[in-house]
Amino acid sequence: MTGAEVGPLEVLTFRAGYNTGVVMAGAAALGAAAGGVGAFLFLRARAMAADAVGHATLPGIVLAFAAAGLLGAEGRSLPVLLAGAAATGMLGMAAAEALTRNTRLAPDAAIAITLSVSYAIGIVLLSWVQTLPQGSQGGLESFILGQAAALTASEAAGLGIAALAALAVLLALFRPFALLCFDEDHARARGWPVARLDAALLGLGVLVTVLGLQTVGLVLVVALLILPAVAARFWSERLRGIFWLSVAFGAGGAFLGAAASAVWPRAPTGASIVLALGAVFAASLLAAPRRGVFAETFRRGTAGWRLRAARALQAGRGYPGAALVGWRRGGRPTARGAAAVARLELWDRCLAESPDALPAGLAWGIDPLPPEALAQLGRRGR
Amino acid sequence: MSLFWQVDFPALLAAGLASGLCALLGNFLVLRRESLLGDAIAHAVLPGIVGGFLLAGALASPAMLAGALAAALVAAGAIQLVRRLGRIEPGAAMGAVFTVMFAAGVFMLEQAAGRNLHIDADCVLYGQLEDILWLDAPDIRALPREVWTLAGVFAVAAAAVFLLAKEIRLAVFDPAFAAALGFRPGLVHLGVVLFVAAASIASFEAVGSILVIAMLICPPAAARLMTDDYRTQILLSMALGTGSAFAGYGLAGFAPALFGASWSLNAAGCIAAVSGAVVAAAALFGPRRHSAAAGAATLGRT
Repeated sequence: MTGAEVGPLEVLTFRAGYNTGVVMAGAAALGAAAGGVGAFLFLRARAMAADAVGHATLPGIVLAFAAAGLLGAEGRSLPVLLAGAAATGMLGMAAAEALTRNTRLAPDAAIAITLSVSYAIGIVLLSWVQTLPQGSQGGLESFILGQAAALTASEAAGLGIAALAALAVLLALFRPFALLCFDEDHARARGWPVARLDAALLGLGVLVTVLGLQTVGLVLVVALLILPAVAARFWSERLRGIFWLSVAFGAGGAFLGAAASAVWPRAPTGASIVLALGAVFAASLLAAPRRGVFAETFRRGTAGWRLRAARALQAGRGYPGAALVGWRRGGRPTARGAAAVARLELWDRCLAESPDALPAGLAWGIDPLPPEALAQLGRRGR
Repeated sequence: MSLFWQVDFPALLAAGLASGLCALLGNFLVLRRESLLGDAIAHAVLPGIVGGFLLAGALASPAMLAGALAAALVAAGAIQLVRRLGRIEPGAAMGAVFTVMFAAGVFMLEQAAGRNLHIDADCVLYGQLEDILWLDAPDIRALPREVWTLAGVFAVAAAAVFLLAKEIRLAVFDPAFAAALGFRPGLVHLGVVLFVAAASIASFEAVGSILVIAMLICPPAAARLMTDDYRTQILLSMALGTGSAFAGYGLAGFAPALFGASWSLNAAGCIAAVSGAVVAAAALFGPRRHSAAAGAATLGRT
């Protein structure tokens, strides 16, 4: 990926050389797998544990390099380094779990402690390995911020295939994982081995993290798992929707990021991939139809107008623009107009009968009442 | 002057100040259950630091500090927005925001390196404590710039915590009551964010961002496992932080010499590792390591 004199079109259509093409395809596979695993970790509120795992891989990488050197093997072989990374990555996850379970510390403190301390141990080991007679540890540092250029085509292909295998395992276990995310007790009652499923999900998280190390770097690899899932959450309220959108966002973002770093000189692959995923995330945050900033601003900005329109419809009068938004046609309220009036009447009843149940932070008379308020009113509403 | 005053003393001073400062601020992150906010801010200031450097063209300019504070505010605002609109749990919201901002910083660093500007990722990632020198040793005005910056931020933060002790404690333990009294707990949150950002920029050249994160969380977490008292916790965490700094620095320089080697280990890394060992010890033996419920009941008492 030297980026010398290749146009964007050549890169995007896989005509920029064999190596670049394989790295891009590998990145897309990795992004898809990370998007899928990340969606489940996110729904289980475990996404940031991947950050602890990512940082905890550094001591393993350095130790694997040193051990291989002492045994006389080629220390920089990728599988050896990644095996070490996976070992200490799991150790880091176990340490964070143990801190949370056995002390009063909150999970987020345990994660912050694990990630900073294990990274620091890695840095210390790195400064020790530099002094070893086997000499140059050059290349180990590329794991910190990632360096896809250091990947050979066969290594990139191997990583991509492993990522697809992880995605296949994820799909095979889709139903139990979905149950785990939404109703752990129900899953246990149905006889699923919840503890083992949890371990399998975290194991897949470690696997994807390790596969992404060389491409994205251990500081930023957590972004592969978090960004697609959080972006997908803005578009869908359903598990399948979130999952498949997350897979698509991950694959697309990683592909475009890898392509961008092949086109622009001095664009680091890892940062480019994260920025591409970040662009998807930012677009979702702004433009998602229900939860996005634009939709929210529009809803708030027009709440007063819609309230007056609903009041006018309730009194059998028209209101400027009510026909435009489909609330009134031919002098009569449409189905949507009638629904708006019904919502308004529920708010009125709630105010009259149980004002304590009135929710805060919603547009008065416009937003649907939350279920708790409806329950207070003693009837199931729409 | 001896080598100690020229090499070890300024490094110890910088490490001690940075650790004490971070430990002081970290108490409010740990008590408010926002530990990952330290992680997020320490990463998210990078584009501000690099942007300030590119604009001003010099290290340690006011532009870098302004850039870091602006980046921290952007990060805190974006995290709030993502949490509220997406109804997304705080950890994931922080992870989404800070990784993108850190990636933007790395991208800018890489572009700057292409133009042969003197700023690189190494000092952010590892810390270069060993490069802090006091060559004209007895001359107090010749103390390294990093030490003065750290001392300044430390003084302001300590004064703020001392003067606003009551308000901060109320905002940390009972935000609703604080708001009812008219104290604006949101302002305390904003102040913590800004001070963590200032601590990150003051420390980043000397000790690297990773030591900032370790020192923000490890000493306060260890102190949390040892005491239920608010004031004791703050003082204890600062003592543990500074102690880890001295012990870690000593370990880095002298432990290899015990084995007859002439090289030394990365000092910032050793300091963070020692603070991790302190947490491990506190988790195994700390008198208040369990008792979450009992602790919550008594922690507000002086």
